[in-house]
Amino acid sequence: MVKVPPRLLLRIFLAPELGAAIGLATVFLLFAFWAGDRGFLSLQGAVNYLEVAAQLGILATGVALLMIAGEFDLSVGSVIGAAGMVLALGVQVFGLPVWASILLAFSVALLVGFANGYLVLKTGLPSFIVTLATMYMLRGATIAITREVTSVTRFSGLTEPALSDPLARVFMGAPLGIPIAVWWWLFLTALLAFILGRTRWGNWIFATGGDPVAARNSGVPVASVKLSLFVLTAFLATLLSLIQVLNTGSADVLRGQTKELEAIAAAVIGGCALTGGYGSVLGASLGALTLGMVQQGIFFTGINTDWYLTFLGLMILLSVLLNQYLRKRATEAWR
Amino acid sequence: MAVTPIAELRNVEKRFGRVYALRGISFSVHRGEVHCLLGDNGAGKTTLIKILSGVFPPDSGEYLFDGRSVRLASPREAMTLGIAVVYQDLALLPLMSVLRNFILGREPTGRMGLLDLRKAEEWVRESLARLGISLDDVHRPLGLLSGGQRQAVAIARAVFFGAKLLILDEPTSALGVRQAAQVLEVIRRMKEMGVGVVFITHNPLHALAVGDRFTVLFQGESLGTYPRGSVNERELTRLMAGGMELGVEG
Repeated sequence: MVKVPPRLLLRIFLAPELGAAIGLATVFLLFAFWAGDRGFLSLQGAVNYLEVAAQLGILATGVALLMIAGEFDLSVGSVIGAAGMVLALGVQVFGLPVWASILLAFSVALLVGFANGYLVLKTGLPSFIVTLATMYMLRGATIAITREVTSVTRFSGLTEPALSDPLARVFMGAPLGIPIAVWWWLFLTALLAFILGRTRWGNWIFATGGDPVAARNSGVPVASVKLSLFVLTAFLATLLSLIQVLNTGSADVLRGQTKELEAIAAAVIGGCALTGGYGSVLGASLGALTLGMVQQGIFFTGINTDWYLTFLGLMILLSVLLNQYLRKRATEAWR
Repeated sequence: MAVTPIAELRNVEKRFGRVYALRGISFSVHRGEVHCLLGDNGAGKTTLIKILSGVFPPDSGEYLFDGRSVRLASPREAMTLGIAVVYQDLALLPLMSVLRNFILGREPTGRMGLLDLRKAEEWVRESLARLGISLDDVHRPLGLLSGGQRQAVAIARAVFFGAKLLILDEPTSALGVRQAAQVLEVIRRMKEMGVGVVFITHNPLHALAVGDRFTVLFQGESLGTYPRGSVNERELTRLMAGGMELGVEG
């Protein structure tokens, strides 16, 4: 007979976030020893990696929910590029007020999210394929339309007109010295984690990803759940795009490339199952924080930052192995 | 019997193409009764379940639920009447906790649509306790429960959400001896609670352990309905194999 360990310990062992928390602690300690005296542990160092993590985390929270519901969205990177261009074209070419361009960017994103969801539900094709297609279509259209209209692919000087805009303010600056992206990230993590854990909608997200047929038989509106989450990921990609464009002042048709994969990486590191039905928003945010820390940490160590992607890949592999190991141990202990 | 059965089929037939899946079947279940439906594979058990649970209507014959003639268009309609099926391959989610599985689709909500987890926990504990199931932690993933416990949770859920007629499709066939006993105990408790149970099985021992009446199907036809005490394991086994007919309807 296996001795049954205390309940709380098992609960911790089965938490989807455990692997991400261990990974985060390891990465932090590694860089603290390695680059602690070179600025990693300074306040500025922390702000640096928090901002990088926040930008990824804003995406990853939504992507994680969608993955828990059993779907992927590879088009979020293209939405980042497209939303930025809508804003830039609106303000600089069509002379719209910044707030109107922001609303326009969100509308375009909502349309893309809705189209993704509708196509997935209507065709029954895997969302991996559908959003792979919309990823290319949207990126192509963004480049083509922008060049068609303006003959350039990059805009700058967008911060200036936004400074006096009532709506743009919520995407700009650094209240209390902390970049606005970080505030949005914390807010979204809390909000979406709460929705996942404490509302019936959250229960439906788990069920939708766990077994759509069983969920439907129990009365879960599976289609609405998926559709709303595709809209959410597009919405968050737009939010991120606006934060980037309004704070740096420049928009580029290629902005956001491969962000979709980084967001999935963060979600996976955070314990989300690729097959759906399992995962956590908090875990995805911890995953994003880990990746942000690695990206900035490498900079502080003085190693060539070109190695970041190699570290990223290594992190994904190790995290998934760790998650798998922890889950196996936990389930064995429970039987 | 003077009391109206909770569900009754009268002379029901169902054909698929030119093949009779069911022919001239009459079958009834009372409140607080366990009516066992036995038969080999292909005997027509599944077709009978599907008629009872509203997947499709019979081609001819009558279906009375609680004394009234019904023609069910969908399982959902059947569900609203209080007809629930617990299938062998459970329609539950192994990665979700027992609690979350239990409340799925009928989540108790408090203010602003928030999940009332305390109430949910009360529901689960109360419901499991009534069926004599002990489960120390309702937060553990359902997939970590034994097969018997999972069946029990599915049954408890159906009963809690108002099933008056519960159809159990081979709930014990994939289970070991001890777990099967656990499920049989749950069936006994449900009977005490006044639920009408249709217990589908091809294990005569399991049927005899809890059944009040036994109907044996063979190639789409009924070989008779036998009250408890009028039939034993050997006779049931022989009937399921299409053997000789014994006494008729009690």
